[in-house]
Amino acid sequence: MCLAIPAKIVKINGETAEADMAGVRKEINVALLSDLKTGEFVLLHAGFAIQKIDRKSAMESLKAFREVYGPDFAGKIV
Amino acid sequence: MPAIVKELHREFAGPTRFMEVCGTHTMAVFRHGIRSMLPPGLELVSGPGCPVCVTPAGKIDEAIALAGKKGIILATFGDMLRVPGTRSSLEKQRAEGADVRVVYSCADALKLADETGKKVVFFAIGFETTSPTIAQTILDARRTGKKNFFVYTALKLIPPAMRALLESGEVKIDGFMCPGHVSAVIGTKPYGFIPRDYRIPCVVAGFEAYDILESLLMLVRMKKSGKPEVANQYCRWVRTDGNQRAVEILNSVFETSDAEWRGIGVIPSSGLNLRKEFLEFSAERFVDSGISAPEEKSGCRCGAVLRGAVKPTDCPLFGKKCTPDNPAGACMVSSEGTCAAYFRYAGKKKNG
Repeated sequence: MCLAIPAKIVKINGETAEADMAGVRKEINVALLSDLKTGEFVLLHAGFAIQKIDRKSAMESLKAFREVYGPDFAGKIV
Repeated sequence: MPAIVKELHREFAGPTRFMEVCGTHTMAVFRHGIRSMLPPGLELVSGPGCPVCVTPAGKIDEAIALAGKKGIILATFGDMLRVPGTRSSLEKQRAEGADVRVVYSCADALKLADETGKKVVFFAIGFETTSPTIAQTILDARRTGKKNFFVYTALKLIPPAMRALLESGEVKIDGFMCPGHVSAVIGTKPYGFIPRDYRIPCVVAGFEAYDILESLLMLVRMKKSGKPEVANQYCRWVRTDGNQRAVEILNSVFETSDAEWRGIGVIPSSGLNLRKEFLEFSAERFVDSGISAPEEKSGCRCGAVLRGAVKPTDCPLFGKKCTPDNPAGACMVSSEGTCAAYFRYAGKKKNG
């Protein structure tokens, strides 16, 4: 229930943004974060970015998700 | 044996019981086979950190009644659909014609209000990870002047539940693994009372095998040294201050209130209610009070499981009258419920 996954910010449109989760593009809400920039990684929960994270840990965690849920995990859990 | 496991065995000093509070940790402990790596005498018990599981049956009954009202669409997270109330579930009610929609985000429920023009009630469950997303959606509803969007809240706070478990003294707990994503929002400071008032350590933990083993090692070391603290193993995602903006947004829309937890009872200041400035978005106006007297199915021990007092395998219904396909209690419904995790990974084995 409190699952969160890393996503990369592709384009910011005010309080929403286009995000990439391992190849799946989705519009997310970024109103809970300030000073967000394109290219940064966030922790995504229930359609909202809840925290910024660094690229390295985002990549590590995406790798772990892939191992547990399979290559198309973003489609399964988002 | 991996070095971290060797180190854990070397540092371990006698019978110890740690609690993982969060349902995602319960799942991760099983998925990584953590218990098979632990030194004998190191016990892990699961806590009340599955928001679906701790929602009282009476609240579910009220949501079911809301869903059955003419002109109302009830939207909620998918996990809530099969949770049993005292007589039915949202899934059964939907089969009988109620308009119940599963959404991935509270923001999707707001969109549904836009698209349908009908009254949409979002049944909001979750902890501090989820609550800011509900608060922000309510701010958006206010900003856009929505008159047909409402929330029915059963939102809860984790630290007061941890205090209640320690205060009751029912289960001796030597340390906590604190939830990773709740902490990404609230940071590590709200756990400060645990070492200060109860003299036991806690570690904010990540969800990979190494994260959990390292967190356990940190707990074992702090217990041994007699210097309990709040430590942060998950520092790549969790900051000391958390996400203060999210906390401010949460506090601008909600205020704390006493709340009932399924199986535990009322815990002071452990729930979130809308502030009076936002009562126009409250679905309470549609609720008929006194629908049900909450009552668990006979023999179901979900309450004791949520308090860490018994293991799922100690329940007489486990694996017999209660399975994921035919759940008797809430802990068997959610994929992160303790009973569901035991059933999936440990089958009917006694020592899980």
